[in-house]
Amino acid sequence: MLFTIFAILTLAGAVAAISLRNLVHSVLALTLAFAGLAAVYLLLGAQFIGLAQILVYIGAVAILIVFAILLIREAEPASPSMVVSSWVGSVVAVLVIFGTMAWAIERSAITQRATGSQAEASMQQIGNALMLRFALPLEIIGLLLTAALIGAVTIALREKGEGR
Amino acid sequence: MILAPPNTAAETADQIFVILRDWIVRHVPGGLQPIFSDLISVVAILAVFASLFAITTVLERKGLGRIQNRYGPNRVGPFGLLQPLADGIKALTKENIVPLAADQTVYVLAPVVLVVAAFSMYAVLPIGRNMALTNLDAGVLFFFAASSVMELSVFMAGWSSRNKYSLLGAMRAIAQMISYEVPLILASVTVIMAAGSLSTVTIVEKQAGYTGILPHWFILTPWGFAGFVLFMIATIAESNRSPFDLPEGESEIIAGYFTEYSGFKFALFFLGEYIGLFAMSGLGITLFLGGWGAPLSFLTWVPSYIWFFAKLLTLIAVFIWLRGTLPRLRMDQLMNFAWKFMLPMALINLVTVGVWEFLPHGVLRWLVCSVMVVVPYVLLGRGLMQGWKVERRVYKFAE
Amino acid sequence: MLGEGIAKGLVETARNFFGSYFIKDRLTTVQYPEERLPQAEAARNFPFLVYDGDDWLAGLRCVSCQICEKECPPKCIYIEKSKDKKPDAIGKPQFYPTVFNIDVSVCMSCQICVEVCPFEAIKMDNDFELSTDDRFCGLLWDRHRLALPNSHYQKIHPTDAAVSDAILAEDKAKVDAKAKAAVENKASAATPSVAHVDPGGSSTQ
Repeated sequence: MLFTIFAILTLAGAVAAISLRNLVHSVLALTLAFAGLAAVYLLLGAQFIGLAQILVYIGAVAILIVFAILLIREAEPASPSMVVSSWVGSVVAVLVIFGTMAWAIERSAITQRATGSQAEASMQQIGNALMLRFALPLEIIGLLLTAALIGAVTIALREKGEGR
Repeated sequence: MILAPPNTAAETADQIFVILRDWIVRHVPGGLQPIFSDLISVVAILAVFASLFAITTVLERKGLGRIQNRYGPNRVGPFGLLQPLADGIKALTKENIVPLAADQTVYVLAPVVLVVAAFSMYAVLPIGRNMALTNLDAGVLFFFAASSVMELSVFMAGWSSRNKYSLLGAMRAIAQMISYEVPLILASVTVIMAAGSLSTVTIVEKQAGYTGILPHWFILTPWGFAGFVLFMIATIAESNRSPFDLPEGESEIIAGYFTEYSGFKFALFFLGEYIGLFAMSGLGITLFLGGWGAPLSFLTWVPSYIWFFAKLLTLIAVFIWLRGTLPRLRMDQLMNFAWKFMLPMALINLVTVGVWEFLPHGVLRWLVCSVMVVVPYVLLGRGLMQGWKVERRVYKFAE
Repeated sequence: MLGEGIAKGLVETARNFFGSYFIKDRLTTVQYPEERLPQAEAARNFPFLVYDGDDWLAGLRCVSCQICEKECPPKCIYIEKSKDKKPDAIGKPQFYPTVFNIDVSVCMSCQICVEVCPFEAIKMDNDFELSTDDRFCGLLWDRHRLALPNSHYQKIHPTDAAVSDAILAEDKAKVDAKAKAAVENKASAATPSVAHVDPGGSSTQ
């Protein structure tokens, strides 16, 4: 039952994020969707992922989006109609894709397999896995992030240099 | 959790609240017992820390007054100690002005989100022996997740007021909070490395031993001391307190992101900020000052929660002391300090912890780690102070 | 080294904090309303009417000349003259005010009424705790409210009171001397033989 509540919360947040007129309202609705997702992770017992979701998505990504909106937006842009003229076609496409995926998942072998007893992924195990088994992917991700950081700083510096 | 019954008077005094709670819960039908037990703990936390907030407001004003050679408030009640009551009545009866152009939903939600996030941080703090509300495996991570939600509420408050000063204050506040979150978390990571766990209860237990009369607190190690100082500076910055209170600088942008708030919502913001401060100090105590442990080995008969609150009150006194002493930092000074001093210090501290753990016990590791902490401090300090030129002022027209 | 200034500042404030408990000079706060700072001698707030002796009606110095009413810049004084006369401070029969109102909410404490009064009748008081909750008549004072004894004036402005008393004593001496001379003249007029025999006695004043 708890899962239903959080699932509805996440879906409501996501739908609100794409349909609200005010941009900042839709960011806050997106934050609500993130929070719902974090709750689902916590329900599954994945403490690290759930809390990291809150810390990273709500605490950093949402703030980043908000900063971007604040720095770029003009004063109160006229919000266009939220309903596109070709909405019938998109609804049909979504239903087709969703139906295919649902049918495929229902028929696949995964649902037949008995859910084995999963060991609780404690922090110790995650840490061990990250440092021992997945050390190389961790370092590569770090390298990727550093490259992104350097790229962002370079772009910002160049713009400032041109602007002067 | 059913514990072994306590045998000595000291143990009874130590566990008195746990025993009380279990006794109350026994009167409730079996299925509801866990929920009731948690509910009682939640109510106790709310009551205790809200009253601590009330006492802190009056003590802060009196302390600041004495530092500034004047009395603090001394009219309401004996020595002015009932002042929070007067403040509360004032906040509740003030006219609740909501700007017409403000975004109504977000405007009302902002203080609520702040207070909820602030109070939820107490769920993982071990206030006494067996007195943590939950023993999460990733307790410290939960704490930082909750504190990062507070930043979102700051933005909500500043943006929904439709006031350029509020927005400016909110942007500055968020920039400051996310800049200082990095040294805060890195300083805690050193403790996590040393303790080997993210659970706050485990971290406190790791600091519970004594060599001679001195405890095993992490602050009594070179990296722990540096980490504690970094943690405390970052805590002050996270709670927007002097000298980092530019976002709510009263003499500059009125009240920053909560300019448009009046009455009870303002009181909620005030409450949320102080509660956040207490929670972060509580985490600092848990990580570095040994949580509920006694400072000297022969003082363990004093109940554990007394030690926690004694340490918390000491930290609050230090914060008030700092507030009365230091002038406000400018925005660029703030940011420079965070990124050019605290972040490198925190990273070097991380390496120091690793070296500490791998060297054998003895004088050598003390020496090496102290050098590893002091030398970067001096060098980074010198680098930071390079841009400061304190010259004698020359008056062009007055001479 | 970084942090040195902060440490010095912290020591200073700690000294302030602990010193404020032990060294009494550090706390200069005056706990009003239990303690009050003494006012300077020239401090003034609103005017009052001086009376000599114990009976405020008989001893009121004001002769209702209405100079202060005319000179008052915000026109806050209202005077109605009496029909009969009574002896004033120096003994001469003068009119007296049946109505003397000052609207204290208008009065700006400029002291012009005091400066122009020729009879030392109106002086400045220094009482400032005058709050009232009567918004219509609380600050409109009549002559009974305004009348205060000379002893009060001597207490609040000793030097000015000494000067005022000296002026009044001198005037009273002149009036007394004139009255004595008039009495002696009348006495000498009643007995003409005595007056002729003694020519240089009473004519030279």
